[in-house]
Amino acid sequence: MRPIDHAEASSHFIEAKAHLEFHDRRLWDLRMKRDRQAHGIPEWEELRNLASAIKEHTLSHLDEYLEQFEAQARKNGAHVHWARDAGEHNQVVYDILSAHGAKTLVKSKSMLTEECDMRPYLEKRDIEVIETDLGERIQQLDDEPPSHIVVPAVHKLRGDVSQVFARTIGSEPGNNDVHYLAEAMRRNTRPYFLKAEAGMTGANFAVAENGSFVVCTNEGNADLSANVPKLHIACIGIEKIIPKLEHLAVFIRMLSRSALGSPITQYTSHFHAPRPGTELHIVLVDNGRSQRLGMKDFWYSLKCIRCGACMNTCPVYRRSGGLSYGATYSGPIGIIIDPAFDLRKYSTLPYASTLNGSCTNVCPVKINIHEQIYKWRQVMAERNQLPLVKKEAIRVIGKVMSEPRLYRAAISAAGLAFEHLPRFAIYNWLNPWGRQREVPEPPKQSFRSWYIENRRPR
Amino acid sequence: MSSRDSILAAVRANKPATSPVPAVPLFERASRPLLDQFQEALVSMGGKLAPHSVGDVDTLLRSLFPDACVICSATSELRGTLPLDGATEPAALADVDVGVVRAAFGVAETGSVWLSEEELKVNALAYLTQHLLVLLDPTQIVGNLHEAYRDERFRSARYAVLVTGPSATADIEGVLVHGAQGVRSLTVAMVPRPAASRAT
Amino acid sequence: MRVGLFVPCYIDAFFPEVGIATLQLLERLGIDVIYPLDQTCCGQPMANSGCQKDAAGAEALFVRNFQDFESIVTPSGSCAHHVREHLDAIPQTPEVERVRRGTCELVEFLHDVVKADAFPWAEFPHKVGLHNTCTTLRKLRTAKSSEIDEPEFSKPLDLLRKVRGIEFVTPSRPDECCGFGGTFSVFEEPVSAKMGYDKVEDHHRAGAEYIVSADMSCLMHQKGCAARLGLDLRFIHIAQILNGSRA
Repeated sequence: MRPIDHAEASSHFIEAKAHLEFHDRRLWDLRMKRDRQAHGIPEWEELRNLASAIKEHTLSHLDEYLEQFEAQARKNGAHVHWARDAGEHNQVVYDILSAHGAKTLVKSKSMLTEECDMRPYLEKRDIEVIETDLGERIQQLDDEPPSHIVVPAVHKLRGDVSQVFARTIGSEPGNNDVHYLAEAMRRNTRPYFLKAEAGMTGANFAVAENGSFVVCTNEGNADLSANVPKLHIACIGIEKIIPKLEHLAVFIRMLSRSALGSPITQYTSHFHAPRPGTELHIVLVDNGRSQRLGMKDFWYSLKCIRCGACMNTCPVYRRSGGLSYGATYSGPIGIIIDPAFDLRKYSTLPYASTLNGSCTNVCPVKINIHEQIYKWRQVMAERNQLPLVKKEAIRVIGKVMSEPRLYRAAISAAGLAFEHLPRFAIYNWLNPWGRQREVPEPPKQSFRSWYIENRRPR
Repeated sequence: MSSRDSILAAVRANKPATSPVPAVPLFERASRPLLDQFQEALVSMGGKLAPHSVGDVDTLLRSLFPDACVICSATSELRGTLPLDGATEPAALADVDVGVVRAAFGVAETGSVWLSEEELKVNALAYLTQHLLVLLDPTQIVGNLHEAYRDERFRSARYAVLVTGPSATADIEGVLVHGAQGVRSLTVAMVPRPAASRAT
Repeated sequence: MRVGLFVPCYIDAFFPEVGIATLQLLERLGIDVIYPLDQTCCGQPMANSGCQKDAAGAEALFVRNFQDFESIVTPSGSCAHHVREHLDAIPQTPEVERVRRGTCELVEFLHDVVKADAFPWAEFPHKVGLHNTCTTLRKLRTAKSSEIDEPEFSKPLDLLRKVRGIEFVTPSRPDECCGFGGTFSVFEEPVSAKMGYDKVEDHHRAGAEYIVSADMSCLMHQKGCAARLGLDLRFIHIAQILNGSRA
């Protein structure tokens, strides 16, 4: 199985000029909005420190907080299930649904369920699953994964959405008006909310102190999914736990400001106990998180609150799109999480980065993303995951740079080459640098030879 | 070994060295009047402010929503056309034009109003109705979210939501649309809590 | 004061004028500059690819060349950063630690150590776009980065403002990465070139005649992009301006 070829995927993304231009501009705009919010709160950097410290503390006591959460949730009347991996998660969800005779499931956005590939699993077992977040629904109808964890269809233009809707929900072909399209989806989804036997949400945060969890949306689709059907299933990654209600304030203040540049999402919903006459089932999911917890250089990635700010600021992400990473989690956070899922498949992702560090600066929980990307490169080299061409090139350069005479010979050879070779010999398929850039001109002499002529100590 | 036990065992084996939990300040700021901040934040999030009126809630509603047919109220201050109590099925609210609720309190920092099953009677009212009218006592506004999360009602409520403006999405080409799945509009009217219920 | 001068391989090979300007500038400021003749590379290209084993030889050679200097100065932010933060493919002897600690990027050195407050020989009557490289900006922290909520500061601007005639223009995305990223420029060429094109077009639209930076590697990439685009932009290292280049 070949590793993801991010560079190849990105070249196609870049060729679609109108899409690229919108994608880059839209996400940069979110980054600018985030900056305005951040600079508008004098305590912003202090909040980042607090958020990071709360998460690190929690992860260092994760077993205790998980047990506390479970005990409290049970006291509140919720059922609590545990799933070791994606397969178990899907099985648990299916068992709950079939025990209740549920054939239709409305759900709000949950990256965890994407990670577990839940939808195809349920659909194969005759359960109809309706994504209710607009971006997720667009992607579901187009049989494509979401490209961004907060704005799942950001890589599409209105014409694309119009085509998808005309093909699948009977909207007017050729009608690209955004308000029309959104209204068409509202009317299409509403009957599902009213008749579905079960609703599913993820959770942004789970509070150990009182066994409650929080779901943040702008559409209100999580609240509809959870408050209309009589069965509510909440799938929660074990790293979502925070200790107390008062800690929520720190995270809620930072989440939407980081994600979309608004002070809060339109709906911040706290689920504490099931409505009378209904059932609440919580599924706590590991799926590699406990393993990542033990990785000395990479456990900080578990602090992530899924705001997407790193994607918005990443210049590589904005010009290649989330789908080019070939994983549920893309962009900077994806680069440091995905190799833990599949080292070989994602061995190229740590190199889809210039290590510029902007992601680390915008992360509300201060994950040292670019440093972890650097560390993953060391893992890839140690575990022999580099492509042969690259490995060899690095080996040769390393050898040349470790011996002064070899180095000097290479420098003069390069100078001669650039000076004497015809253009076609320098600019061809062997030389990626030269595809869209000019190579530097060779100078008359190297610095070293100038120094020897002009300064060499007698 | 059950999944629960194996997950907890893995966590215990792998968890990093202990680090302390920080104390979270309240970040209180006595700057501008809370009401002004609240109103500004609400409007910037797409919410509307009802004009200040001396009439009763019924008159207010008629003036804001003259064409509304089905009105459902969760507060005793107004009787709607559709009765509502804790036993009402959520789906029965599918045709409500205007829902009326009284928020427990507001948050100035964000322009949010706090609602729970107490204030909503049926949670789905806040989402199935086309428009929501929220009554808020102007003296019941806290400064920021740190203060909000200290409210004891978070602990007693089964369901609590901070609602900020109407339902919204910008998932199609970044264009802002109100009324994505939930309410098309949210209007807050600054109406003091009636004397009888102020004892709570 | 005596410093060892480290001139990265690509400056040695392609932009010797930057090394020359650095040396002359330090000498004008009364510093005794020595260039160890057997230097090659700091190890960054290999280390940034994760190949610690392949970086070890260059790193050890670097330490051998500079072990007799209290201060090592280099006109390259990325090399200075690598030495200070990442030169760990070799055993960390007291010698290695000393060399690492003593390595300084040119702007840092001029601003913090020499505290240069005048460049009377310098004049640069042109419209200039300052490119703060990601390494100098976010890692060496020589200026405020736009993501962080903190007071404005900029060591390169402090130095450049002392140059007669210089006029600054600001692009719309002042500190977005230009897309060089070392081997990224070759192995992720499509995105790298697009980022470079966007960067130079942004500076061009802002009215820049010159783009100046503390890292010649970024400038090499931007220059290549601008040349292919046919943009009338010139590229110059901060050492050259401070040393008195008029163009």
